[in-house]
Amino acid sequence: MFTELNSILNTSPESFSGGDFILVSDRQSDASFLIHHFLSFYLRAQCKVCFLSLAQSFNHYSSVSQRLGVNLTQAKDKGQLIFLEGLKESLSVLIPQAADTGSQAMSFLRNPAPGLQSLYEFVRDSVTASSSSVEEGTEEWGPPVLLVDDLSVLLSLGVNAGAVLDFTHYCRAAVCSQLQGNMVMLVRCDGGEEEYDGDVEGPEWLLRCLTHQCSLTLHVHGLPTGYCRDIHGQVEVCWRRRRGDGQHTQKKLFQYKVHDKGASFFARGTSSAVL
Amino acid sequence: MAAPVNSVGKPSAERPQINCTSFQKKTRSKLISIPGTRPSVQNGQLLVSTGVTSLDYLLGGGLAVGTVLLIEEDRYDSYSRMILKYFLAEGVVCRHELFVASAQDNPDDILQELPAPILDDVAMHKPVEQPRLPCEPQDSLDAMKIAWRYQNLPKVQSALASSSRFGHYYDVSKMMEPEIRQAAKCHSFYLPEHPTQSSATHSAMLESYSTLLKSLQEVIHREGFDLAAPMSKSRNILRVGLHSLGSALWGDDLSCQDNPTHRHALATFLYGLRALLRSSLSVAVVTIPSHLIQDRTLMGSITRLCDNAIALESFKGSERETNPLYKDYHGLLHVRQVPHLNCLTNQLPDHKDLAFKLKRKQFTIERLHLPPDLSETVSRVSRGELAGAAMVASACGSSTSGTKHLDF
Repeated sequence: MFTELNSILNTSPESFSGGDFILVSDRQSDASFLIHHFLSFYLRAQCKVCFLSLAQSFNHYSSVSQRLGVNLTQAKDKGQLIFLEGLKESLSVLIPQAADTGSQAMSFLRNPAPGLQSLYEFVRDSVTASSSSVEEGTEEWGPPVLLVDDLSVLLSLGVNAGAVLDFTHYCRAAVCSQLQGNMVMLVRCDGGEEEYDGDVEGPEWLLRCLTHQCSLTLHVHGLPTGYCRDIHGQVEVCWRRRRGDGQHTQKKLFQYKVHDKGASFFARGTSSAVL
Repeated sequence: MAAPVNSVGKPSAERPQINCTSFQKKTRSKLISIPGTRPSVQNGQLLVSTGVTSLDYLLGGGLAVGTVLLIEEDRYDSYSRMILKYFLAEGVVCRHELFVASAQDNPDDILQELPAPILDDVAMHKPVEQPRLPCEPQDSLDAMKIAWRYQNLPKVQSALASSSRFGHYYDVSKMMEPEIRQAAKCHSFYLPEHPTQSSATHSAMLESYSTLLKSLQEVIHREGFDLAAPMSKSRNILRVGLHSLGSALWGDDLSCQDNPTHRHALATFLYGLRALLRSSLSVAVVTIPSHLIQDRTLMGSITRLCDNAIALESFKGSERETNPLYKDYHGLLHVRQVPHLNCLTNQLPDHKDLAFKLKRKQFTIERLHLPPDLSETVSRVSRGELAGAAMVASACGSSTSGTKHLDF
């Protein structure tokens, strides 16, 4: 959890708003540090977290979270965190064994055409289970949170962009509207923005559609002037608040540097490397 | 394997008790000692050498076990093939097991062309000592004692090099002796020799790729590279070299058509490969003829499914060959991606203007030119002056926010 980002977004684990869909995207840069931020943020906020990790293994998230002061293994044992390790699940689908014991969540790998219904069912079951299992004497968790590390992996694996959009819409209806929880999703693109050529299958199109749905976007991209060792890129934070009199958007741009145990955000041109 | 070193030797079920605290003794890394590996300084990953010392340096010390290095081939596949051979030769010298797959040349042919290691150099010198040039006369060193305290310091090298040597040097002008080569255990996968059994279940992946993935998984399970498997007496590393994936010979039409029918086959394979490697003691180098793939979005998604990605751009046949700027080099090397493994930051290279050259005996990667000196560590205007300026600003009654560096 990066305190600087919390003050930028004006939230804290003690007080945060529900029903938000936060879209994290990147272009020629890597925004996965923000996913780690949100993971530790919501775990500290005592939310019930459902994490779909499609890009990395559990060990990776666990060791990073440990540095950020959150223990994923404990959270998993307590039932606070439900972790779908896509890499592990995919093997049983890609290399079918005689006794197929893997869960059905990754069954889209076998045949991407029907879409992500099984994955959505996994999400729905894990977020709604939180409200029903309270009477067993387990700890009570806050509103559910769905985190997806890398929707664009789904596209790479052959899932239709329309199906991904359906999936996010269903999740938003279930998590954000019904249960007043939050949702954080990462989409990774590459190439310049002007390269978009009306391709209805690509991550660019998905990013545009999701930007339309979400309430807050964090768009990470590399520096326009090229690579620099001490400034890793810039983040464009864009709020879309729905007020009574229509929409109101607010944008802020920060440069950032990722450290070993956090990240620092600063206004453009004010890095300690150039001042 | 994305697990840190200390969890390598144990079944993963034991992890919770071990990792309850963030205070860990570094000495635990001694539990596992596989020849030819070392733990990373930054994040405790187990690293292996690629065989090219300067490439190791570029990748942050070496290739982390459990990751994939993607090499985008140069136009004639000469230099990328050389890096692949270096990688395999390093495995032979370190007694790792090899898995070589190819659709074009027989893997045995690739193995016969491995460069010869310069072994005496490694056996005789301690890591702190630099190999002395053989032509250098000993007595001249005895005669000159002016700077005696500097005589053990390493010579200034223009090539990038890691501080401690766990890779070996190779002589590309010679082939490796057959007896050294045959000592290493090698599994080869030659696509024409593997009849692809047709199964209707894999719609996202090509038959050739799923056969390859399956045979790789068999090797990993059979030879005990699996992390979940009970620990045997000695652990070893499996080095996987996959040559020219995505080319037409694999039955893939990525490189021949603008709108390929098996658009997601290679990406799905790489996803499965990552899944296999993360749970085993193995490391892979994949070469892909990216210059044939027109679709940049597709190439981007392929790159993201590998951990490290470098691209070779050879000057052969291009007009840059005669450019005086590049007269010392054979091509440019682009770092497309560096891995995030078990840490928030990735080991970014110092700079990205890199070039490679093939000397008579050795392949090296060098800096093309130095980057502008902008960093937090460089000394610039003294802080006292800044503080003075800040005092003036506050005296003028302007904003007195406590920001250190910016007070106009």
